Amino acid sequence: MPETVLADAAAKAVEPKPKRTALLGGRIPLARLRDLALVPAIVVIAIVGQIVNPVFLQADNLINVLQTMSEMALLVLAQTMVLIVKKMDLSLESTMGLAPGVAAWLVVPTGAGHGLGLLPGAWAVPVTLAVGALVGVINALLIIRFGLNGFIVTLGMLIVLRGVLTGISGGQTFFQLPESMLYLGTAEWFGMPASIWICLVLFAVAIVVLGWTSFGRSLYAIGGNVDAAKAAGIRTDRVLWIVIVTGSVLAALAGLMLSGRLASVASAQGNGYIFTVFAAAVIGGISLGGGKGTMFGAFCGILLLFMIQNVLTLAGVPAQWIGALNGLIILVALAISRITGGKVQE
Amino acid sequence: MSDGERAVTPAPAPADDGRSKVGPPVVEATGIVKRFGPTVALNGARIAIRAGETHALVGRNGAGKSTLVSVLTGLQAPDEGTVTFGGSPAPRLADRDAWRERVACVYQKSTIIPTLTVAENLFLNRHDHGRNGLISWQGVRRRARELLSTWSVDVDPQTPAGDLSVEQRQFVEIARALSFGARFIILDEPTAQLDGAAINRLFDRIRDLQRQGVTFLFISHHLQEVYEICDMVTVFRDARHIVTAPVAELPRTELVAAMTGEAAADRLQVRSSTLDHIATPALSVQALGSDGTYGDVTFQVGAGEIVGLAGAAGSGRTEVAETVVGLRAAVAGEVEIAGRRPRPGSVPAALAAGAGFVPQDRHHQGFVPDMSIADNTTLSVPRRLGKNGFLSRGRRDRLADNMIEKLAIKTPGPDLPVSALSGGNQQKVVMARALADDPKLLVLINPTAGVDVRSKEFLLGKVEETARTGTGVLIASDELDDLRMCDRVLVMFQGRVTSEIARGWHDHDLVAAMEGVDLNA
Repeated sequence: MPETVLADAAAKAVEPKPKRTALLGGRIPLARLRDLALVPAIVVIAIVGQIVNPVFLQADNLINVLQTMSEMALLVLAQTMVLIVKKMDLSLESTMGLAPGVAAWLVVPTGAGHGLGLLPGAWAVPVTLAVGALVGVINALLIIRFGLNGFIVTLGMLIVLRGVLTGISGGQTFFQLPESMLYLGTAEWFGMPASIWICLVLFAVAIVVLGWTSFGRSLYAIGGNVDAAKAAGIRTDRVLWIVIVTGSVLAALAGLMLSGRLASVASAQGNGYIFTVFAAAVIGGISLGGGKGTMFGAFCGILLLFMIQNVLTLAGVPAQWIGALNGLIILVALAISRITGGKVQE
Repeated sequence: MSDGERAVTPAPAPADDGRSKVGPPVVEATGIVKRFGPTVALNGARIAIRAGETHALVGRNGAGKSTLVSVLTGLQAPDEGTVTFGGSPAPRLADRDAWRERVACVYQKSTIIPTLTVAENLFLNRHDHGRNGLISWQGVRRRARELLSTWSVDVDPQTPAGDLSVEQRQFVEIARALSFGARFIILDEPTAQLDGAAINRLFDRIRDLQRQGVTFLFISHHLQEVYEICDMVTVFRDARHIVTAPVAELPRTELVAAMTGEAAADRLQVRSSTLDHIATPALSVQALGSDGTYGDVTFQVGAGEIVGLAGAAGSGRTEVAETVVGLRAAVAGEVEIAGRRPRPGSVPAALAAGAGFVPQDRHHQGFVPDMSIADNTTLSVPRRLGKNGFLSRGRRDRLADNMIEKLAIKTPGPDLPVSALSGGNQQKVVMARALADDPKLLVLINPTAGVDVRSKEFLLGKVEETARTGTGVLIASDELDDLRMCDRVLVMFQGRVTSEIARGWHDHDLVAAMEGVDLNA
């Protein structure tokens, strides 16, 4: 028995070197390629899409895909940060509805629906972001300061915020939004909708922050082993506060972009988004157990889901079946990432 | 055992030794008192460790070793007493950086982050930054490679830390500690999870580092390791400092005596055996083995017999007992309870075969804290409470009342939640449940842990009483008082049953066997 143990240990000590296949003259280790795992899938879907309908790869269609996903992509960005520190935020989807909802409520003139007309139109954007920040502060207070379970806290917040929006809107949709709220959803910068630029730039910033700053790395340390992170001198509570509040503000921004694009705030805005957000994050390699996954992977996850949806629509799949297929795609994608990742997902 | 020649470890070069004794000790703690509520974890404890020596700290469970470690590493402030490093007082508790420069501890529990690479673990929160303010991963990797090669740790800095073996992880943690500037390192049971060859490699590394001027405090349950690697030894017992002496001048018998205390506790039990030779054995274990934790365990417990399964933490005694009752499944071998062979790894099957069970940690596995005493005691016997899956409350309360009386549980009534009871009474509830179905085999794991003296006597009395009714009893424990009434004690060491001791043993015999030391060597 001891002999076999010894042999195992010796083998283990030698193994890693030949095992790690490297590309580009050893500069990119295979482990890094894990982040790029979804890129081939995206290429395959692009080819399939092109075969199904030649419209798919045209610029208009691609821009359309990117724009429809941009709002949800921001939720994925927020959720990814929260998941990496081993927390969860279910309330993102109702923050996305409530934040612009409150702004519209205060700004939209009386007579048109449930608007109060208390503030001039220019206040809409700051109010939206402030509501997002406030929701984040409440979440963080309950989760970090009072040590409540994050899943239940944000589940409660999800229901409360949804209810508040229904309450202030009387279950109706706000129209006649001020110019400032429409801007982000309608403006074009350099020939592309502003929301796409915002989405891409924020992801680029997030990739750099998470990969190349001490703050970003502390997220991984906290999610991986919070005691070790504390022992390394990281102020874990402060980092968690920043992550949760930033997440909520991003959700408010996403809501602003969505209501700008639709020129309205429906009382059910964002309803049901959170499931797709979680699915995209997990498909993109973010572990629900914390400390694992990259922002780039998460972006690929949400991009893949929206491309598949687009291909299905172009293929003429009846709209009534899209929901069922969406769920199925998520399950299949999870199964595939389980096989390629090789580890049990928690 | 051939510890004889291993014990004679050459002491460090005399010149070196002479020099180091002149300066102040690397670390010195005096008059340390630390209380946790009513329990006193350290009572005027002291230790002084000189530069370049490898100092062993030994003591039985609860002697105060872990508390001393947390005081020496600045995780807890002592209530009284002082800690000095190299003659100057210890830094404030909040000044983590200053502590890290003086002392580091490699715990049994890992303090690395498994999802990050080795390089990042080494330089967490002190990454190299490039000119643009972003982390320079090249710099981090280069420094990690330099650090690992300086201390000749053969690990690729790019590997995810979760892929390291226990041995590699320890080396990485030692290298990290050294990179903070600490030259005093505490190793908390470093050999517990290592196999023989890895232990030797670790010891080689320790000797290497010792030569380079690193001082170690070595905590271990295995005394022969102390003789192999350490220069000085300090013994703690019952929260107090007992003795500090050069290892070479302290024979094993004296070391074990210092750990166990006076021979006054060596009272012989006058319990007549209730072993029934004719009835089917209550438990028969054949060549039981499980990967890494234990192997080739074979023994029998006769009807009415009380058998102890002793061993230090990590010896595999708990795992064997848990396998018997189906909490674990063995890889090899068979378990037979009262002539029946329950499906391995199934608790219901073991209970159906006639086993009753007091688990290791009552808070985790023993009871449902917010359920009533009545519900808890009858949790495992639903079919005695009514037919077709419906429970009769009246019948449940009668059964529970009966047990409350039998086990003298102090409670106003069966409806009180178990969480409202004292530790001793909680354990009685767990015991009551184990006895609820009149088991043929009673398995107890650490049955008196965290239980006051009177409840302890009562519980052990109850065990004897149960044995008189023809039930076979298996007690897996390292608590000598639990084992005293056993007809015989099987001692496990590193996953094997190494000896069998008949009733009437002396404390030091059993302790020595549990620590894997041969007193006659």
